[in-house]
Amino acid sequence: MSSTDMLQVISKNGKAKRGAEPNLPKKTLLAMYEAMMQTRLLDERMINLQRQGRIGFYVPSTGEEAAQVGSCMALDDTDWLFPSYRVPGLFLMRGVDIQHLVANCFGNEADLCKGRQMPVHYAFAEHKLVSISSPIGTHIIHATGLAMAQKLKKDKGISAVYFGDGGTSSNDFHSGLNFAGVAKAPVLFICTNNQWAISVPIEKQTASETIAIKGEAYGMPGVRVDGNDVLAVYDACKKAADRARKGDGPTLIELMTYRRGPHSSSDDPTRYRGNQADEWLDRDPILRFRKYLEVADMWSEKQETELIERLKAGINAEVKKGEAAGQPSLETMFTDVYANVPPHLREQYENLVRDEGTGHEPDPDAAFPL
Amino acid sequence: MSSITMVQAVNDALREEMRGDDDVVVLGEDVGINGGVFRCTADLIDEFGEERVIDTPLSESGIIGAAVGMALYGLKPVPEIQFSDFIWPAFDQITSEMAKMRYRSGGQFTCPMVVRTPYGGGIRGGHYHSQSPEAYFTHTPGLVVVIPSDPYDAKGLLKAAIRCEDPVIFLEPKRIYRAPKMDVPDDDDYVVEIGKAAVRREGTDFTITAYGAMVAVALEACEKAAEQGWSGEVVDLRTLLPLDEDAIIQSVTKTGRLVTLQEATKFCGFSSEISAIVAEKAIDVLEAPVKRVSGFDVPFPYTLEHVYMPHADRVLKAIEGVMTY
Repeated sequence: MSSTDMLQVISKNGKAKRGAEPNLPKKTLLAMYEAMMQTRLLDERMINLQRQGRIGFYVPSTGEEAAQVGSCMALDDTDWLFPSYRVPGLFLMRGVDIQHLVANCFGNEADLCKGRQMPVHYAFAEHKLVSISSPIGTHIIHATGLAMAQKLKKDKGISAVYFGDGGTSSNDFHSGLNFAGVAKAPVLFICTNNQWAISVPIEKQTASETIAIKGEAYGMPGVRVDGNDVLAVYDACKKAADRARKGDGPTLIELMTYRRGPHSSSDDPTRYRGNQADEWLDRDPILRFRKYLEVADMWSEKQETELIERLKAGINAEVKKGEAAGQPSLETMFTDVYANVPPHLREQYENLVRDEGTGHEPDPDAAFPL
Repeated sequence: MSSITMVQAVNDALREEMRGDDDVVVLGEDVGINGGVFRCTADLIDEFGEERVIDTPLSESGIIGAAVGMALYGLKPVPEIQFSDFIWPAFDQITSEMAKMRYRSGGQFTCPMVVRTPYGGGIRGGHYHSQSPEAYFTHTPGLVVVIPSDPYDAKGLLKAAIRCEDPVIFLEPKRIYRAPKMDVPDDDDYVVEIGKAAVRREGTDFTITAYGAMVAVALEACEKAAEQGWSGEVVDLRTLLPLDEDAIIQSVTKTGRLVTLQEATKFCGFSSEISAIVAEKAIDVLEAPVKRVSGFDVPFPYTLEHVYMPHADRVLKAIEGVMTY
């Protein structure tokens, strides 16, 4: 298969291509479906919260659920993941409790990042999900470095890094793939090509025929996958992961999809692309996977209704808790800058407490829509 | 004890720490078979192999970014940037990633590592082999910034930096890489504590703060001042961030006069911070305004380098200024 072909397993009507189905048990398939649905519902709820001024910012991933869940399913617990924006499905699939995602979006005292970053900049060390930064592409080379370390230590794990089509233009896409190619590092470069980087379409991002084809120049295979087909995504990522684990080096994987919503809560996509997103409604990855499960007699209307109700109730309960929680304590502004608080930071903290006290009210502009 | 140069001191520190800890790795451009363009990593590849002494592709952001990934996994990378003038492609990695990893993840992830890089003028290197970038890094919370002024400190501070839990920018004054030599302990456990300044010359009439290659210039200026009967004290800062403010305040409290010395450009330079700290915390003890001796606010020149670089006579003028105010 060349890097310009597109791998697909489930057709639009839910039928699997003969011989193309990965061998996954029913329980796993249903867990994947649930994670995709939970991702969709979480995104919808959080964007609503933002619109109501209850959280400051959000980045929805609507339409990209298969790319997140399928790729994550192909990885092991020993593997390290470097997420980007638009991948809540990774966290859910990997077992992060939804309360931690909600706490992060509120930036409250329960947030594991201690309210230090905007919403959706998650970090979960326990699940080997590395901290997200806003500058684009900088983490691609981190994944390579970490994979070089895994190889040096002769450990079992590999690393995987997520980025979008815009990220392929960044400095560290180049350095990340180049270093990985030279070092034969066990890393998967997973590009979710949703065709838009805020308002800039893919054809203004690169003149390359595909993203996948770029792998060739770095000495690694590039594969192009229907990113709305969760089984195709799983299959491609599993093969690439097996390859990396065997010591055969990195793979660039291009997951073709479409960013149905805005880049973030801060922009209005109709300004730059009209109603183009509507064309992608019937290519919905959840709908397609649901048809597949129904055709295979694994899913029913009743199960669908029950699942949605259960997931919504869970999200609502966490939102309630998240909103009620207090803000992080004043000390958290000064800790974790260094391993130990140095004298000049201690002095600044003490002066702040002396002059302004510790009883800071929550910022009335906390949900300022950036 | 061995009498060695600063280059040998750096090399010894790396070798000892790599022997003591399998997680310490060196990476950068030409650090392997070539041993670095200044030979700081000479022969390490023979002892530790290509896996731990890594010749990387030519990309500074790649070198630092890869090291961040390694450090996240628990290695102790010591990346080399060939000249500090080439560090800017890695500025994003240093300031947005390496420096902020601990804070932004709520302490869940850390990336302790040491970015070694030769800096400063005096080798006729023009502006792309001579600049002093320390203030760019001291402006970034999360970084430790260390600058040794002799082989003894170079070895002891580098060993301490490699053992440090925070990311360190380790700036090596290349003008004094190969001279003078100095007795340096061979003891594996010898380190110089980060965050502590050293008084290099005791005096009663004025204080000079300096670091890197400028410490020797400060000492020379004090010799000249002594001929006029003025007794100078030299405080070698050694660590710029976190700064040993107490050492500076203590010295200025004793002498009542301060000359700051750096070879970097003047405006918003590190010495300006020292001057501000003394103004905030000890203005009552000052008997004269603070004088800053520094490079000029121009790109680093080639032919007129000797004019640009602060020298003892220029420092002496500043000393005269504070002594006769």
